[in-house]
Amino acid sequence: MRLLRFAAVRLAGMLLVLLVVTLISYLVFFLLPADPARLACGRPCSPEGLANARLFMGVDVPWYQQFWNFLYGIVAGRTFGTGAAAITCAAPCLGYSFQDNVDVLTLIGERVEVSFSVAIGAAVLWLIIGVGLGVLSALKRGSAVDRITMAGAIAGVSMPAYLAGILGITVFAFWLDVVPKGGYTPIAENPLDWAWHLVLPWFVLAFLHAALYARLTRGQMLETLGEDYIRTARAKGLPEKKVIGKHALRNVLLPVITLLGIDLGSLLAGTVITERIFGMAGVGKLLVDATAQLNLPVLLGVTLFSAFLITFANFLVDLCYGALDPRARLL
Amino acid sequence: MSDPLATTVRRAVWADWWTRLSALTVLLMIGLALAADLLVSLEGQSLRPDTSVLGPTGLPAEGPSADHWFGVEPLTGIDLFALVVHGARTSLLIGLAATVVAVLLGLLIGASAGYLGGWWDRIVGWTTDVIFGFPYLIFLIALSAVTPPSVPKPLLLVIVLGFFGWPRIARVVRAQTLTLTQRKFVAAARVMGAGPWHVFRTELLPNLWAPVIVVSTLSIPSMIGLEAALSFLGVGIQPPTASWGRTISTAIDYVEVDPLYLIFPGAALFLVTLGFNVVGDSVRDAIDPRSAGRI
Repeated sequence: MRLLRFAAVRLAGMLLVLLVVTLISYLVFFLLPADPARLACGRPCSPEGLANARLFMGVDVPWYQQFWNFLYGIVAGRTFGTGAAAITCAAPCLGYSFQDNVDVLTLIGERVEVSFSVAIGAAVLWLIIGVGLGVLSALKRGSAVDRITMAGAIAGVSMPAYLAGILGITVFAFWLDVVPKGGYTPIAENPLDWAWHLVLPWFVLAFLHAALYARLTRGQMLETLGEDYIRTARAKGLPEKKVIGKHALRNVLLPVITLLGIDLGSLLAGTVITERIFGMAGVGKLLVDATAQLNLPVLLGVTLFSAFLITFANFLVDLCYGALDPRARLL
Repeated sequence: MSDPLATTVRRAVWADWWTRLSALTVLLMIGLALAADLLVSLEGQSLRPDTSVLGPTGLPAEGPSADHWFGVEPLTGIDLFALVVHGARTSLLIGLAATVVAVLLGLLIGASAGYLGGWWDRIVGWTTDVIFGFPYLIFLIALSAVTPPSVPKPLLLVIVLGFFGWPRIARVVRAQTLTLTQRKFVAAARVMGAGPWHVFRTELLPNLWAPVIVVSTLSIPSMIGLEAALSFLGVGIQPPTASWGRTISTAIDYVEVDPLYLIFPGAALFLVTLGFNVVGDSVRDAIDPRSAGRI
């Protein structure tokens, strides 16, 4: 019950943050620099054509009304224009790309599988490697393993993903020729081919992150093993496996989950770079293309979609915290 | 800065050969950035395109030489050494300036939130939540697309990166301020009638330097990385200003035929980021031993 209340409060907080992010993004993209109707109207643009485009896109009304219409569209869907030419954008309507004649959410939906496949696969991989290595180096405080993970963590943080990606492609795809040079196969089409195309991005991203997780796990593990309740667990005769694997690990995972929430959110939002390197057409590619064409509805839609992913990841982290650590449930 | 703190920082930087090497790398890069014009004129080159050094296919006719220390850029023939040292200037300038903006904002906002508390603290905490929920990389990409070309890109980058950077610093400063506010000397100053600004300047600030130095040293490399990432995607620094990220982005297409073109700017970016991270990490370990093992 308490967990439920906790979840509800966190959810409300998440929605509030999203609302503010939407407001700011909306103001910046639609009102400050560029006129979306003029951009969509094309050249030459007659005054009547411009007025028509304004009316059609719903940007002829004051900004607060536009914002309200936008929010309303997310909840209940909206219609652009009237009569035979009207375009309906079903809820949740994140906007409509007048340049591609399709709603923004469909555009994102078509590409989201790529971004998710890259991010989630990589996260699973580095979590397993990182936490495993961290526990290992905490238990066997051998200085060789220890020093390598320490150095690896700083190197991983300092290495830009695109440099690591290019090195990976050059070595494994061009020189050794063991993995594909880029591209993507949908999982429904051929799961083996799907995984085959993703092996390199997964390992590159995992290589960049795993050592940091190992370091965090190790530090937390060493601290936890010194706590009283671990001594109690050992004193009452629990096997060491259970002491480490159940009692200690539960406490160790808390900071790891926080970091994972931040990383996963920014990884999903930051697939722009990974996709560019590995030649995959995901949400990041959509954004870059929209930048080139100044496609404002897509820019706004992708920003909001990423904001949603980030806040949702944070929300999940909070939930995990609540489940793992009873103290966190007290608000 | 109090004297013991300076000593701690100096000792931490000079602690072992690994950190020492990293500090020297950072100093070397700063030197390259400062002396960029001098070094490039010593080499006898400039940032101007020069197609006479290219072969018939647009690739460089020859690799590094006495005339072109790092070789030249394919298609344009711009000297690569000039691109790398001027890129160092761009990277460091933006990294430092954005960090200064973030630290100033973070220090003022964090300290005031921690010291004053109440509704201001709540507003700050809430704004921090919103900024953490902001997909800033995506937002920056979209923003650079819609800002008019008349706005200088470096300035825009510094302001926006600084703006998205302050919450991290404010959080650390606020936490430290909260503990400091409990201390007797702050309470004493308060009882004697000191105003918030006076307390901030004479009581809080001297004790806030330690965490601020740590977060700013670690903030510089992430700012440098962000600038490079944006330039890599083509929405950061625009030509003719040199930028490592942009050079790396074009170099990717030539990685098979001209790997040196990628290696020089790539190594420079990696080394300067690594250097700052290693130094920042060991300074933090020295100032706050409990943090050992975290980044």
